[in-house]
Amino acid sequence: MIIGGIDIAVLFASLMVGSVPILLAALGETVVERSGVLNLGVEGMMIIGAVSGFIAAVQLDNPVAGFLAGAVCGALFSLIFAALTQGLLANQVATGLALTLFGIGISSLAGQGYNGIKPPATFALPMGPLRDIPFLGPMLFRHDWVVWFSLFMVAAVWFVLNRTRAGLIIRAVGESHEAAHALGYKVNRIRLLCILFGGAMAGMGGAYISLVRVPQWTDNMTNGVGWIALAIVVFASWRPGRVLVGAWLFGGLMVLGPNLQAAGYRIPVEYLSMAPYLITIVVLVVMSSGRRGRATGAPAALGQNFHASR
Amino acid sequence: MKRRTLLASVAIGLGLALGPAAMAQDSGAGLEKVKACFIYVGPIGDGGWTFQHHQGALALKEEFGDRVEIAWQESVPEGADAERSITQFALQGCNIIFTTSFGFMDPTNTVAAQFPDVKFEHATGYKREHPNVSTYDARFYEGRAVMGTIAGHMTKSGKIGYIGSYPIPEVIQGINSSFLHARKVNPEVTLSVVWAYTWFDPAKEADAAKALIDQGVDVILQHTDSTAPLAEAAKTPGVIGFGQASDMAAYKPAPRVSSIIDNWAPYYIKRVGALLDGSYEQSAAWEGIAGGEVEIGEITEAVPPEVKAAAEKVRDDIAAGTYHPFTGPLNKQDGTPWLAEGETADDGTLAGMNFYVEGITGEIPKQ
Repeated sequence: MIIGGIDIAVLFASLMVGSVPILLAALGETVVERSGVLNLGVEGMMIIGAVSGFIAAVQLDNPVAGFLAGAVCGALFSLIFAALTQGLLANQVATGLALTLFGIGISSLAGQGYNGIKPPATFALPMGPLRDIPFLGPMLFRHDWVVWFSLFMVAAVWFVLNRTRAGLIIRAVGESHEAAHALGYKVNRIRLLCILFGGAMAGMGGAYISLVRVPQWTDNMTNGVGWIALAIVVFASWRPGRVLVGAWLFGGLMVLGPNLQAAGYRIPVEYLSMAPYLITIVVLVVMSSGRRGRATGAPAALGQNFHASR
Repeated sequence: MKRRTLLASVAIGLGLALGPAAMAQDSGAGLEKVKACFIYVGPIGDGGWTFQHHQGALALKEEFGDRVEIAWQESVPEGADAERSITQFALQGCNIIFTTSFGFMDPTNTVAAQFPDVKFEHATGYKREHPNVSTYDARFYEGRAVMGTIAGHMTKSGKIGYIGSYPIPEVIQGINSSFLHARKVNPEVTLSVVWAYTWFDPAKEADAAKALIDQGVDVILQHTDSTAPLAEAAKTPGVIGFGQASDMAAYKPAPRVSSIIDNWAPYYIKRVGALLDGSYEQSAAWEGIAGGEVEIGEITEAVPPEVKAAAEKVRDDIAAGTYHPFTGPLNKQDGTPWLAEGETADDGTLAGMNFYVEGITGEIPKQ
C-alpha cells in the first residue's frame, strides 16, 4: 500500500525498528519512576550500554552477548546513581544529570579504538512463509529478535505493575514511601532493584543503537534519545501501554522526516524534530488541566528520597 | 551550521581572484624546527572529516621527523570559545596553527592579530584579515563527478539518493556534479535529496539512508561524515554507496564501491615545508584531484571493469586538466541557460552555487 509516494508497510516497519531504543529505555524508566525515583541519567546509561554492548559484540563476535553486556553495564552504571541517591540521599535530579554527563565522557574514553569497526550483524528472525505475506510480511515479520523482545517487555511490565504483588509494592513505594515503610517494606532496597532494572533496559536500548540501528560506534551516538525516552514516560502518564504508543509516535516522527524528503516533499526539518517535545508539552497541559489538576498520573513520591529515620 | 557555510565558498572564489601573489610577506629565513598545531572540530575518531585532518598532521611527522612537532585539540566548539584554544596554542610556542573548520574563521583572525609571528591556516574559510592568515579548501565536486559516473552506470532502479548535510554551495556543487555525470551515462536517472542538517550524526544519517532505500534508491551518495549510510546500505543486497571524506574501507568491496578521500597531507607538508625552508607566503588554496587534495579511493571489484575504466577516465581527465566537471552546454533547473557549449564554470560561480542544474527535481531549502 502506497500513500503519497510512501510505502506504508515499509514506513511502519522502519518506525518499529527506529523506536526500539526509546521504547526499551522508556519502559525501564517507567518502572523506576513508578517506584518514586526520578533518574535523569537515562541518556548516560544508554550511551554506556551502547559502548559496552558494541565492545562485547565485537570482542566475542556475538551480537547477543553484546545486548547482554549492554544491559549488565547499564545496570552497573545505574548502581552509581542508586548508591548516591538511595545510600547517601543525594538530590536525584542533580545526580541523574551528573550520571548523563559522566556516561557520555567515560563512554567516549572506553570507545577509543572502536571507531570505524563493523559489529557482527543481528539478523531477522526466521519467520518462514510469514515473511512473504503481502503488506503484513514486510511490515511485521522481517524484524530481529530485539524488536519482539521490546514488545514482549511492554506486556511484561504492564502485567507486573498492574497484576502482581511485586507491582503493587513498587507502586506503593512510589506513591507513599512512608506508608510502605510502615507496612514493613524495605523502600530503598525495592527502589534499588527498580533502578537496576531501569539501567539494564536503558543499556540494552543503547546497545540496539550501536549494534543494529546505526550499526557502529561513534562518540555521543545516542544523541538525545535518552531525553526523548524521559519525555515519553511523562507523555505516557507512567503507563506501559501508552509508552508503546508514545515510542511509536516519537519514533514515527523521527523516520517520517527523511521519508517525506525522499518522497519529494519539502517540509522544514525543524518542525518535525521539535514535534515530539511540543506534543509532550501539549499532552501534559491537557492532562493536568482535567480532573482538578492531579490527573497526570505522576507517582506522589516521585523524586523524593527516603530514609527510615524520618 | 557553522562549518563550511555559504560565505566560506563564496569568498574562496574572491580570494582566488585577488591572487595569492599580491599578498606575499617577508618570510625571512627558514626555521630549524616547526611546531605545527591543529584545532579539530570533532573527535579524531569520527572516521571522516577530523580523522582525515589528523592523518595529514601525522603525515607531517613522517615527512619531517624530528624537525616537526605536532599538537592538537579535539572537539573544540566553534565560535568564540575556540579563541581560547587557539590563543593557548599560540602561547605554547606553535609556529603554525591549522584551524580545521569553517566556524573557527573569526576566532582565527582575532587571535592572528595578537600573534603576528605565528602563522595561521584556516580550512574552508575566506577571511584573511592579517598577513599571517592563509586559507585552504578542496574541490570535492571533482570527486563527485567520478562517483556520479559510477552511480549512473550501476543503478538498476534508475534512482540515486543523495544525503545532503546543509544546503550550502559546497554541497550543491556536489549534488549537481554527481547528477550531471550520472545523467551523462544514463539519461533515465533521477535523483532524490534528503537533507540531514548535520555533518555528523550517525543515527540521522542512517535514517536518511533507510528512507532513500525504502523509496527504491539503489545508489547512495553522502555528504555527511559518518559510515552509517554505508552500514545501512549493507543491510539491503544490491545497494551501493561511497566513502566520504575518508576511505571507509571497512565496507569494501560492497556496499562501498569507491570513495572520495580528503587528503590534506600534501597541503600540510607543503606549508610546513615552506616554513622550514623560508619560502612561506600567505595564500588561498583550492586544490582538487590534480593537486592531490581530493583522491578517489580504490574502485572495488563490485564494479564491472568497463564502468571502472569510465570512472577512471573521468578522474584522469580532470587531473590532467582536459576536462572540467561543469562544462557547457548546461542549463539551470528552471531551464535558463547557464553555460554555453564548451564553456566551463568559473570559480566565483561555483563558490556561490545556489541552484540545481536542469533535470533535478525538488528545490533547495531556504537557509
